[in-house]
Amino acid sequence: MNATTGSAPALLSLKGVSKAFGANQALTGVDFEVGAGEVVALVGDNGAGKSTLVKAISGVQLCDEGTFYFNGREMKISSPQDATDLGIATVYQDLALCDNLDVVANLYLGREIFAKGLARAGYFIDETAMEQRALELLDSLAVTTIKDVRTSVGSLSGGQRQAVAIARSLLGDPSVVLLDEPTAALGVSQTEQVLKLVGALRDRGLGVVVISHNLENVFAVADRIVVLRLGRRAATFDVRGVSRADVVAAITGAEFGVGANIREETA
Amino acid sequence: MSDQHEAPPSVRGMGGLFRELGRKLAAGEAGALLVLLMVGAIWTFFQSQNARFLSPGNLTNLMLQQAAVATISIGVVLILLLGEIDLSVGAASGFCASAMAVLMVTHGVSPLISVLAALALGAAIGLFNGFMVTRFRIPSFVVTLAVSLTLVGLQLYVLGDTGTLNLADNFVTALTGTFFTPLIGWALGILVIAASLAFALIGRSRRHAAGLRVGGIGGLIFRTALIAVAVASSIFVFNADRGLPLVVCIVLLLAVGFAYLTERTRFGRHIFAVGGNAEAARRAGVKIDHVRIIVFVLGSTLAAAGGILAASRLMAVNQSSGGSDLLLMAIAGPVIAGTSLFGGRGSVWSALLGALVIGSIANGMDLLSLSSAVKYIVTGGVLIVAVTIESVTRMRRHRTVIE
Repeated sequence: MNATTGSAPALLSLKGVSKAFGANQALTGVDFEVGAGEVVALVGDNGAGKSTLVKAISGVQLCDEGTFYFNGREMKISSPQDATDLGIATVYQDLALCDNLDVVANLYLGREIFAKGLARAGYFIDETAMEQRALELLDSLAVTTIKDVRTSVGSLSGGQRQAVAIARSLLGDPSVVLLDEPTAALGVSQTEQVLKLVGALRDRGLGVVVISHNLENVFAVADRIVVLRLGRRAATFDVRGVSRADVVAAITGAEFGVGANIREETA
Repeated sequence: MSDQHEAPPSVRGMGGLFRELGRKLAAGEAGALLVLLMVGAIWTFFQSQNARFLSPGNLTNLMLQQAAVATISIGVVLILLLGEIDLSVGAASGFCASAMAVLMVTHGVSPLISVLAALALGAAIGLFNGFMVTRFRIPSFVVTLAVSLTLVGLQLYVLGDTGTLNLADNFVTALTGTFFTPLIGWALGILVIAASLAFALIGRSRRHAAGLRVGGIGGLIFRTALIAVAVASSIFVFNADRGLPLVVCIVLLLAVGFAYLTERTRFGRHIFAVGGNAEAARRAGVKIDHVRIIVFVLGSTLAAAGGILAASRLMAVNQSSGGSDLLLMAIAGPVIAGTSLFGGRGSVWSALLGALVIGSIANGMDLLSLSSAVKYIVTGGVLIVAVTIESVTRMRRHRTVIE
């Protein structure tokens, strides 16, 4: 297999995941693993099964077959709550932000900090504490583009919104973060910011899974590339010493260009 | 703390303050100020047409008239914040007030119990609305329209053949018939100014202690001065007539209470979240259906409270209680004063400001003895202009995001 799973048990690993929608076999016996402090890019053409795999991991949509191991122990993920409890956070492509609320309110939505003392009885929110921690969190991720955490999220740029969504996913203290197309529809400098943020997640020792169509970004940020094709794991690459043509070939299934770097999966 | 989060120079002078104000006005963020300018224009116009308009007596009457509308509007704001609408608030106010009157006058139930029963009835109506909207996913305007019709029918039924019930002098009529002595009026006014300043200072010092950015002291002084002038001139005007009305204090207390609920509590935050992006709120763990149901309950309960105040003012209930243009005024007011019809944006204070705008127009037109036809046309026109302004600022906001 590869270095990560070889030396230490992967943080999260899946074995033999299959999922069918009626007659359509979306995933067939897919293995997948991500280690701590590792960025794994999940690539593949439309309909290759990327989203289905991520939904299975995040508990949004259950798979038909397959076993999940978390820190080497077998676990069941049968709801989004299960995934959250295990420490798996997902940032969906639509980001799920409330445009009318400010950055602090979005970060703490659903986990507002209550005031202490007398004000606690009135269910008052401790805005000061929330704002303080929001600033600390953004600082720790080196997010410097958000100048004012009291501006409404609707007035932020795409990159800033992505940063807010990613920062929010970290509040639950996860060990694995799934990012669904984090750089889609972003400009060059904003993509740069988000990729830096993904790097910051890795430096924190998190396992990061990035779904992306953009091979340039994948090469910029990933340690390993897992290619899905027609619901099967077609190839795995170490990002060092692989060319883009090789990855494209694995994605499209083209015979030409298949070089020595490709280790076709046998499982 | 990175440099980006450092506080700007805390005093930027009045010039900076006015530049900031101009920017906010252009961006549609200083809604309250814009509305106050609108009120000023309306008052100037009607005063020029009829010198009695700005007399203490008429201004006090304006407040007494609009207390019921403002109360209902507070509930409407909560529902609009969700991105829903409640077309039954007018009928609910009429029916609940009628039920209260029937209990009190016909069945001899004590006034307090009758009032509580009316409020409970309002809560039950809201519970039904909320249940239908959340359980069966029926658009709220359909549910509440149907409920509205039903309530009008129920009101006619409980009022019976005579169709009118006069209220004897008791604590219900005292709600709008009580005025404080000048001394108490001034004491309460000073209390309000002091409390608002104290809360602002406490909040400011807490933020400062936490190392967070605090606004310029100039803004705080400006805000306090504005509140002080508004409160002092109101008390002055009230005292020149019968004194500070109890009902004004009731409505202000309700507004303060619900402003805190919406802006300072977790529940309030969740109302805004549901109105802004219900799916995002759901994924963040907000129990969105609970929030919706509770807000509908609050909306109808406030409608019942408004109905009680209207009955108190009229010292009677009749078949047209809660009817006519009450619903229109209660919904139009907050929208004119900047609460979005599309959910997630607005403030409880817009209920009071909106009631003031709409009430001033209606009151002024009454003084000029204009016909109902003109009054409806003008009120409708004002509403259309207000909704258009809201939509335009909304589109502008979207454009800046895309750019």
